[in-house]
Amino acid sequence: MQHLKEATPCFLNLFIFIFGWVFLPSLETELCNVSLKNPLILASGVLGLSKNNLLRAQRGGAGAVTIKSVSLEERSGHETPNIAFFEAGMLNAFGYCNPGIEEALKEFSDLSCFEVPVIASCTASNASDFAKLVEALDKLDFAAIELPLSCPHTPGYGLLAGQGTPEATKEIVEACRKKTKKPLLVKINASLPRIGEIALAAEKAGANAITCSNTLGPGMVIDINSTKPVLAFKVGGVSGPAIRPIVVRSVYDLYKRIKIPIIGLGGVLRGEHVIELLMAGASCVGIGTAIALRGHNVFEKCCDEMLAWMKKHGYKSIGELIGLAHE
Amino acid sequence: MNEFERSRVREARILKIEQETPTVKTFELGVSLDAVPGQFVMVWLPRVAEKPFTLIKTGNTIAIAVKKRGGFTEKLFQLNEGSYLGIRGPYGKGFSWGGVKKVCVVAGGIGIAALVRLAEELAKSKVSVDFIAGFRTKSEVLFKERIENVANLHIITEDGSFGTKGICSDVLMDFLKKNEYDKLYCCGPELMMVKVLKLCKKFNLKAEFAVERYMKCAVGLCGQCCLDEWLVCRDGPVFSSEQLLKSKEFGKFYYTKSGKKVAIQ
Repeated sequence: MQHLKEATPCFLNLFIFIFGWVFLPSLETELCNVSLKNPLILASGVLGLSKNNLLRAQRGGAGAVTIKSVSLEERSGHETPNIAFFEAGMLNAFGYCNPGIEEALKEFSDLSCFEVPVIASCTASNASDFAKLVEALDKLDFAAIELPLSCPHTPGYGLLAGQGTPEATKEIVEACRKKTKKPLLVKINASLPRIGEIALAAEKAGANAITCSNTLGPGMVIDINSTKPVLAFKVGGVSGPAIRPIVVRSVYDLYKRIKIPIIGLGGVLRGEHVIELLMAGASCVGIGTAIALRGHNVFEKCCDEMLAWMKKHGYKSIGELIGLAHE
Repeated sequence: MNEFERSRVREARILKIEQETPTVKTFELGVSLDAVPGQFVMVWLPRVAEKPFTLIKTGNTIAIAVKKRGGFTEKLFQLNEGSYLGIRGPYGKGFSWGGVKKVCVVAGGIGIAALVRLAEELAKSKVSVDFIAGFRTKSEVLFKERIENVANLHIITEDGSFGTKGICSDVLMDFLKKNEYDKLYCCGPELMMVKVLKLCKKFNLKAEFAVERYMKCAVGLCGQCCLDEWLVCRDGPVFSSEQLLKSKEFGKFYYTKSGKKVAIQ
């Protein structure tokens, strides 16, 4: 009798486990051989200044988190306002403020407090500086390293340093490839007409995944009452729901051009938007701006929405959804 | 209205400027806004910068108190009535006072700006308020009449030129020995708030503190204003004593404009 009492809950658990395994959809997935509990990644530039920042996103349900891009030297970035809102999204121009690689190496030296993969991100004006940063970041426990070759609002970096061409992409990715065996994620900008060629150049140079897209533009918001652009830097990268259709189309196009996985990023607010990007061909999906609208647990909310949709429509895994719009 | 619409810049022209003390001016702005005491707005001076300010008045018009201390506030001091300012907000979590009957409020310097509306709201809710306000010197005394109308005001100056000579935490100790409070509210220099927090712990008194950090986006995205895992713009600026007692950064570290972690002196 005593035996049975102990055994009953155990059977129940087993039953629930098997039931769940057979009938409930799973969000588990992988990117460049790194397993993720869900396909949602905290985008670089959002939070990511400190481990505490990233832990917040982890607690909010992110499947992976990305640090704010670091440069060789400390940068204060642009003056405020760094952010300007309009009815369908926002513009930002922080100007790569970051404490510099030396401080970042201290801050992120011990990543044992993370249950999810932590992705590094670094930015530089030229290939040799990129290589130096990657070499330094390679020594820490990051799961991958992101190269954002596509920031639209910082002089000397990204698009404003001419990094948005196949030639520059090739040079930078090749230089970084020599310094690390970790997956290299190249972040490109869907504002550019040649993203297919840029992504191909990255793939050929040894990139392991493409993140599409950085913030678009740059754009501008003018406050008509003061007659002045709102951002101190006047222009900034556009994010939010306004850019999602462009990102969906870009991911769709890239899926046909390249073999390496794509991280879709731009304008995702809800689980349904994540599914849209997966169907376009993304393997994972980045989230950033949505935090302003739905809070730091937006990842959890999106996961719940995805599970509800997948259950309703009979999908069991993320793999079934990736590229579905192409069939 | 979603968060994007809510965060659009709104015109808030200066209706009235008053020189309250040699270093503090108050600006009444022509914009209608409701906010819980402790919440803040981002104030934008075109072509200069955008900074967070607590509200000393809400309703059909709002008002902010500005202490001259750097480039931005110096520029604000040069403005005239009719000058353009933009605002967005309100943002953040304000003070809470459900179920309290007798409270103590402790203000240090310009920190009083975050507490003056709280004192008025507490009085409206028939809460008895002992208000300890510390200033450097007599000429810096701020909002004396406004607070006397709603609370038992006890003014302290460091040099003894007005009220009791001393610092807030010493005087607070006497108040805590002689009175039973349901809650304490505090805003001031961080090291002063650390002392007040320690006293609250000693006397087992619940408290709320309005905390300041270098802030950029105000919507929880940039991570600049982090205090441990919290973001001051979204989870604060008002934090409970329970939260701050757990904090590893309160009174110890803040993050500069670049995001570099530095010790609070």
